[in-house]
Amino acid sequence: MRSRRQLQVLALATAVVVLAFLIVLPHQYGSTNTTRWAQALYIGVAAMGLNLLTGYNGQVSIGHGAFFGLGAYTSALLVNQHGWQFLPTLLVAGPLCFLVGVAVGFPALRVKGLYLALVTLGLAVLFPDLTKHYVHVTGGTNLVAMTGSELAPPAWVPTSVSAIGRDDQWAYYVTLAIAIGLFLAAMFIIRSRFGRALIAVRDHEAAAATVGINTSFVKVSAFAISALYAGLAGSCSVLVDHLANADKVQTFQISIEFLVAVVIGGTATVVGPLVGGWLVVFLQHWISDSLPKHVGSISVLKRTLANPAASPAIFGIILILFVFVLPDGLVGGVRRLVSRIGRGDVNDIQPSTTPLTT
Amino acid sequence: MSLLEVRDLIAGYGPVRVLHGVTFNVDEGEVVVILGANGAGKTTTLRALSGMIPAKGVVAFAGHSIVGWQTDRIATAGVGHVPQGRGTLSDLTVHDNLLLGAYSRRDRAQINADIERWYAIFPRLGERRMQAAGSMSGGEQQMLAIARALMSRPRLVLLDEPSLGLAPIVTQELFRTLGDLNREDGVSMLVVEQNAGLALGIAKRGYVLEVGRIVVSGSADELAHNDDVRRAYLGI
Repeated sequence: MRSRRQLQVLALATAVVVLAFLIVLPHQYGSTNTTRWAQALYIGVAAMGLNLLTGYNGQVSIGHGAFFGLGAYTSALLVNQHGWQFLPTLLVAGPLCFLVGVAVGFPALRVKGLYLALVTLGLAVLFPDLTKHYVHVTGGTNLVAMTGSELAPPAWVPTSVSAIGRDDQWAYYVTLAIAIGLFLAAMFIIRSRFGRALIAVRDHEAAAATVGINTSFVKVSAFAISALYAGLAGSCSVLVDHLANADKVQTFQISIEFLVAVVIGGTATVVGPLVGGWLVVFLQHWISDSLPKHVGSISVLKRTLANPAASPAIFGIILILFVFVLPDGLVGGVRRLVSRIGRGDVNDIQPSTTPLTT
Repeated sequence: MSLLEVRDLIAGYGPVRVLHGVTFNVDEGEVVVILGANGAGKTTTLRALSGMIPAKGVVAFAGHSIVGWQTDRIATAGVGHVPQGRGTLSDLTVHDNLLLGAYSRRDRAQINADIERWYAIFPRLGERRMQAAGSMSGGEQQMLAIARALMSRPRLVLLDEPSLGLAPIVTQELFRTLGDLNREDGVSMLVVEQNAGLALGIAKRGYVLEVGRIVVSGSADELAHNDDVRRAYLGI
């Protein structure tokens, strides 16, 4: 039990260091890097939500890009077309995505596994068409491009956070605050009675019902909560990237990125998806920007990497390696390592000599 | 009036009807056993009572007609269910499994006291409280399933072949504990079993189910001495 206590202290210390780093980060980095970190955070937020649904509740969705898009469009249109400040749009985007999540969650009760994945894929396919039908903004298209002044921080924000020309800092801090808030919320959810019910429904739905869990309520709630996370992530993306856009490839691709972030970060761990979101964003940038510089003068490699198909291919190979080497994700792998060092092999189960009953 | 009154219960899976009008009852504080071969409809009976499959007929529990209720509502009303195959929530710890058993309760202090009580009754569960439930042996998982079902403090527990897949000595211990629990807590039990000897040992009354119908009923003693029952279920 003492080593358990030590692990908690270690985890807390790590959290403090990481948080301190995240807070001073925009003052150390230029706007390109700060924006990249903000992107990693919003992908992580959406992945955290998806993890509550897929990792903890066992419902696979490959359509959460649609909720992300819904959040993004809600914020973008309220700011661009109705002259709202950015922050209040979160109060509309979040609840709206939650409600749409409820509406989608009910039909999802009828299907499981691969069929559910297909239904959610339908969402990702449908969403861009809906925006094309209803949204005509920049040049009559469904693209909502915005200026920095539309998304400028409100007057009460101290200038140290929003130095002139550094709106990226404001966007970063808003995204960071939302990520921290939703991270704490996810921790709370997982440790609550509802969190145990999520896992029980995933592990054995019939048994979960026999202890009095309303399994339909739990599944629909999980869907709605994950939609809220994805929607708020979408809103943040507007603030960070200054645009809302939806085409079929992009909506599908970002849905997959959320799932990838969950899997490589660590399914059914709270912090895993945030780490996964960071990996998804930075690995892709590293492959396309830094890797070519490292190969130096080896011309064969240089020519290969110049091919536009090379980056996605290398990213794909890294993902495959990840799944083979760390099947329970980065966080799951680290956790296994720490507990092995801390108190022997976790898989060591001592045979017992006590009788089954007294 | 009986705690559980079942009359002309009809149930099945889709177009396949398994139960063709089953009638029996369980009184407050009683252990009742339903014997039957594979495919007789034992599990189907319990699943119909718990609302896991659609059913027709009369099912009255503590004065409420519970036909058509959802499983969780029936559970909350006071019916515990130890499903076939134990329904272990494998990835959760033993402790979390027991906490989930108390899902419908809000009296936190009393819940913790109850969990400690189960650790005292089944010391093996106490030793493994922080271990993933799925990593335990079949016997241990069966103990956990029973403790979890009783964590809700039900008035009636449905037990679906608790002896299935267990070593004979483990099964004996298990039935002795069930008998103790019935005597000490007064919880009523409906046990479906193929292992007639042990089940009749703790039961007050019993029924024999054959192809979806009750064909014999009587006191445990009468069944144990019934020639047909002895031949079919006691292997004598």
